[in-house]
Order: sequence, then C-alpha cells, then structure tokens
Amino acid sequence: MTGFLTSVVGAFVEAWAELRVNKLRVLLSLVGVAVAVCSLTAVVGLGSIVEQSTRESNERATGRPASYVLYTSSTGAAEVPSAAVDEAFRSAVARYDITYASANAYSSRALQLGDGLVELPTQVVDVPYGEMHRVGIVEGRWFDEADASRLAPAVVVDEPLWRTLGSPPVSSHPTVEMVGSDTVVGVVVGVSAEQYSGGTGSMYVLPSDAYDLTPASSGAYGYSDTPQYEMWLPPEIGDDLSATVAANVESALGDDVQVDVSRNDYLAYGGEDPFLPIKLGVTGVGVLVLLLGGLGLVNIALVTVRQRIREIGVRRSFGATAPRVFFSVMLESVAGTVVAGAVGVMVAVLVVENPTVQGWVGQGSLDDLPPFPVSAALVGLGSATLIGAVAGLLPALVAVRVKVIDAIRY
Amino acid sequence: MPLIRLEGVTKTVPLADDATLDILRGVDLEVDAGEHVSIVGRSGSGKSTLLNILGLIDAPTTGGHWFDDRDVSTLRSGTRDRLRGAQVGFIFQQFNLLQGRTALENVMTPLLYASGRRFWRRRAIAGAMLEKVGLGHRAEAMPHRLSGGEQQRVAIARSLVRDPRVILADEPTGALDIETGATVMRLLDDISSDTGAALVTITHDLAVAALASRHYALDAGVLSAARPRVEAVAPAAAVGPVAPAPEPGPASAPAVIA
Repeated sequence: MTGFLTSVVGAFVEAWAELRVNKLRVLLSLVGVAVAVCSLTAVVGLGSIVEQSTRESNERATGRPASYVLYTSSTGAAEVPSAAVDEAFRSAVARYDITYASANAYSSRALQLGDGLVELPTQVVDVPYGEMHRVGIVEGRWFDEADASRLAPAVVVDEPLWRTLGSPPVSSHPTVEMVGSDTVVGVVVGVSAEQYSGGTGSMYVLPSDAYDLTPASSGAYGYSDTPQYEMWLPPEIGDDLSATVAANVESALGDDVQVDVSRNDYLAYGGEDPFLPIKLGVTGVGVLVLLLGGLGLVNIALVTVRQRIREIGVRRSFGATAPRVFFSVMLESVAGTVVAGAVGVMVAVLVVENPTVQGWVGQGSLDDLPPFPVSAALVGLGSATLIGAVAGLLPALVAVRVKVIDAIRY
Repeated sequence: MPLIRLEGVTKTVPLADDATLDILRGVDLEVDAGEHVSIVGRSGSGKSTLLNILGLIDAPTTGGHWFDDRDVSTLRSGTRDRLRGAQVGFIFQQFNLLQGRTALENVMTPLLYASGRRFWRRRAIAGAMLEKVGLGHRAEAMPHRLSGGEQQRVAIARSLVRDPRVILADEPTGALDIETGATVMRLLDDISSDTGAALVTITHDLAVAALASRHYALDAGVLSAARPRVEAVAPAAAVGPVAPAPEPGPASAPAVIA
C-alpha cells in the first residue's frame, strides 16, 4: 500500500517538476488548449443564452409548455353565451385549483392621443397571463389582483405606445383615455417590452363588464372581445387535466355547446427537442476547436519526449518502471491541460457573464437570464482532461518503448 | 556467496542481413560485496554491454545471471527495474545529470522510485549525501553552473543515495582531466568502501583500473583476468600521464573467477 502511495505521489512530483522545469514550453503548448477550452465553454455557455432567448421568444408567442387553449362552439341554433362560458371556465379552473388560467381576447381600443382618436390592438387578459406568456415589463409592473377592482381600469402599454405618450414615468400615474360607447380614463401601471420592432403600439387591459369600450369599427378589423381561454398546466398531467376541464365546461354549458381543448405551445407538436440543431451546431464548433488545440498539444508533446529520451533512460536506470514512466509522462500532459482548462473555463465565465455580451447574445429580451451552465464548466474541464490524456498517450507510449541503453547514449 | 555471478553469459544481436554479432562470449564473473573490480577494454569490446547486463538493464542471450544468489535472468521487467533501483547505482561517463534541476534535485531523483521513509525524507537524505561528496554548499546550483568534477561528484552522490549494493561506473573519469579524474576516483573508492558496496569500473584508463582490487580485460567479448600496468592513482600530485591501452589477452584465455 505504502509502495503504491509513494509511486502515485512520486509520479505527481515528477510530473510537476517536469512542468516547472519546462515552464515556457508548457506555457506555449497550453495556450492553445486554454483558448480551445475557453472557446468550447463560452460557446456552450452562450449557446444556453441563445437557447433561453429562443425559448422565451416561443413562450411569449405560444405560451409555456404545456399551454392549452379551450374553444367553444355551438351545435345548436343559438350562439354560445360568452358570459356563461366565462363563468363555466372560471368555475372549472377553481375546482381543479389551476393557478395559471386566463381569458385572452384579441380586441382593440380607441385611444384619444395627441393626434386624434387612434385604434390600437388590445389584449384583454387576466392577471396570470403575464406569467403564462412571459410578458416582459420594462417599466412599472404587470397587473395584480387588486387592479381588477380599480375604478379607473389598469392598463399595461407597450414601449411604442409609451413613447407616443411621451415616455412618462409610471410612478407619475400617466393616463390614457379609452373611447367606446363609454369613455374611460385608464391608468398606465406598466410598460411591456416591444415584441416586434416597428410596432405602432398595443396594450393589455383586464376584462371588465363595467364599461363598454368596444370601438364601433372593431368588427371591421376582426377584433372581438370574445375571448379564448388558456391554461398553463404541468406537462405530465396536462393532457388529462385539460380534457377534464373541457368536459366540466361542456357539462356546465349544456348539450348545444361543444367544448374543445388543444395544446398550443411550441412543444405541442414534435417530440424532438426543438433546440437540438442549436445544440448540435454549438457542440460541433466546440469539438472542432478543441481538436485543433489538442493536435497542437500532441505535436509539441511528441517533439518534447524525443528531446527527453536520455532523461527517460537515466530515470529507467534508477529504477523507474515502464508503467511509472508511462504514468509520469501522461500525468505531465493531463496536469498541464487541467490547469489550462481551469484557466479557460474561468475566462469563459467572465466572457459569458459579461452583461454586454449577454445583452448582445440574448437580443436584450431575456426574462430569466440563465446562470452560467455548470455543465459547460464541467464539459470544459472534462474536455481539457480528456485532451490531456489523449495528447499524453502517444508521447507516453514513445517513452515506454525507449530502450534504456540506447536512451542513455542518445 | 558472491553478490553478482555470471556464468557462461553470451550476448548476441541480429544484424540486418540475417547474420548475428556476438558481443559477449561465455563470460564468467563473480563480484563480492565491498570488492572493487575493474574491466578494461577497447571501444567495441563489449564493455558497456557487460555493464548493462550487470546492472540489470539488459539481459544475456544465454548463460546464467545471479544477483545475491537470486536468478535474475528470468525476472519480469518490473521486478528487474525495482531490483535495479534498489540495489544498483550507475555512474555515467557524461554524468547524465538532469538539466533544469539543481544538484540537490538530481540527487533526490532516485529516491522518487523508493518507498517508505526513503521516499518521504528524500530531501534530507539527498542533502546529507551531497555533504558527503563535499558539495553541500552547491546543493542549489544547476548542472551547467558546476565544473566537470563537481558534476561527476553529484552523479556519484546520486548513484549512492539509495545505498546500492553495487555501483557500476562506466568510464567515470572519461570526461574529466587527469587530476580531477583521480580526485573523483578516490572519492568513489572511499565512499564505496565506507558503504560496503561493490564497485565495478569499466574504463580504458589504466590508472583508473589500477585502483581496483581485481582486474579484468575484455576483448572481442571474451573476459579474462589482467594485471594492472600502471600505479594506482594515489595522491593527486603523483598522477602521471596515461599509459597506452593494454594489449588484450588472447581471445581463448579463460576468464578468471575470483
């Protein structure tokens, strides 16, 4: 046991001494590895930001996995009363304790702005919608439960509309005048991030039956206050639970009403990972970079061992066994690349965690900035170790095959 | 019981045209503990091959080889390496100090392959050995900062640091001037006597060979007893010019076993 321990410690001491003696050579050969590991780790880290950015963008558009939309249609002559549907839906989600459920009507509101009455797209949604669709708030806040009981309805405007209003601080309680059959002054409580550049402005309001704010022309543009109903459910029980809710709503509305539910988020159709192409691309680039770094290392390591043949012969004459020489040469390579890998990972963390880089890669629209992926750091360190082992293998084999007699006279 | 025993050792190497070259032919040799044996011979006579076999670096093609009454001709490579590390110390003509390492680190190197106390206390042991060869004050010097004599003294300290039972010196003064060579040889002789290690010197320098208690000549792979032709190098001032190489004995002369 003690022999084994001294062998292992001895091999480390030898490897370290070799690294110390050949500082410059080691440093130069490891620069390539450090750069390669840094690139690989940074690419994986930045890839996670790109992936998160794409995910959030998808979730804004279609909801988070698993989001379901509930539709009603009449099988009889009479139209389905929207108030009854609304009540049946709310009652069902309350029964199954579904936190994230919201009506969503793509409607419009006519606003009295500086240049006259302007009709703008308006989404009539419930409070949970903001969380369900990752509505990014750049100023103020999203709706809360207390907003439903305000006398002056709360409004969340988007950035273009906010700019039209003169970008007033939300803390100053800016207002907008909404004109329909009734005219109501709404209070801007928050500003949502601009989703598409060049937008003319839009806003979110909570549903209210206290006023009729439907513009006279809204039918002509296809706008309607008739909502669809959305639920964000755990993916593993989503299909069953949404079907149960639909059945509940249908039974509450009677025989003349058909209720359908369908999953609507970006993961609804395709079992494959939608980010697989990004991941594969990122990994491919990283592996290529690492291979290039490794190739340089093997090259230098082979040349170095040939230069060290006499030294290896002398060590063999002092009793160094072939496995010991193999292990020492291998360890030199691995110890060096692990240190280079650690440096590379640290630099990569600094790059990826830089706010400017994050803003640039995430297109400034990230809601949940992913932490630096531990997997990226582990992949970086693991790759460095692997490349060290692979790069050390050839020189180590050459070292073991050295004939002691020839080596001493080399 | 001799420490090293060779019986009918031959060494043959294949040549390119399916021919073979006999490097050693029927070598018989016994070396006792504490003995100083010299082997002289011309270049190409097989001296270094014999030294490599004695030092367990190379194996004979045929013949018997015993170390401390243990048959070492059949040992596996790892066991042979460990036995060599523990029992044999080498001194080379070109010193072969490891560059980029201090004198102390060079002397510590063999202890990296030791185990137990010797391994863990390698710095102190190596330091003491350097003191013994009179280089305690040069412990941190790099090899290129040392004179030839100092480098060989470091090499001697390195070869002795694991207390080997045999010291094999291959032309130990070959790269030194006469006076320094004499000093180094006296040191080597003294220390090996102190430690009780057998010293086998291979040389073409008759003055160095004359220091040994038994003398052999190697010619065309045949080992035979020889008589020294010059005075042993005693005081440094008494060292004279090197005598011409000896005429090798007849190839058929029987090897003399002490």
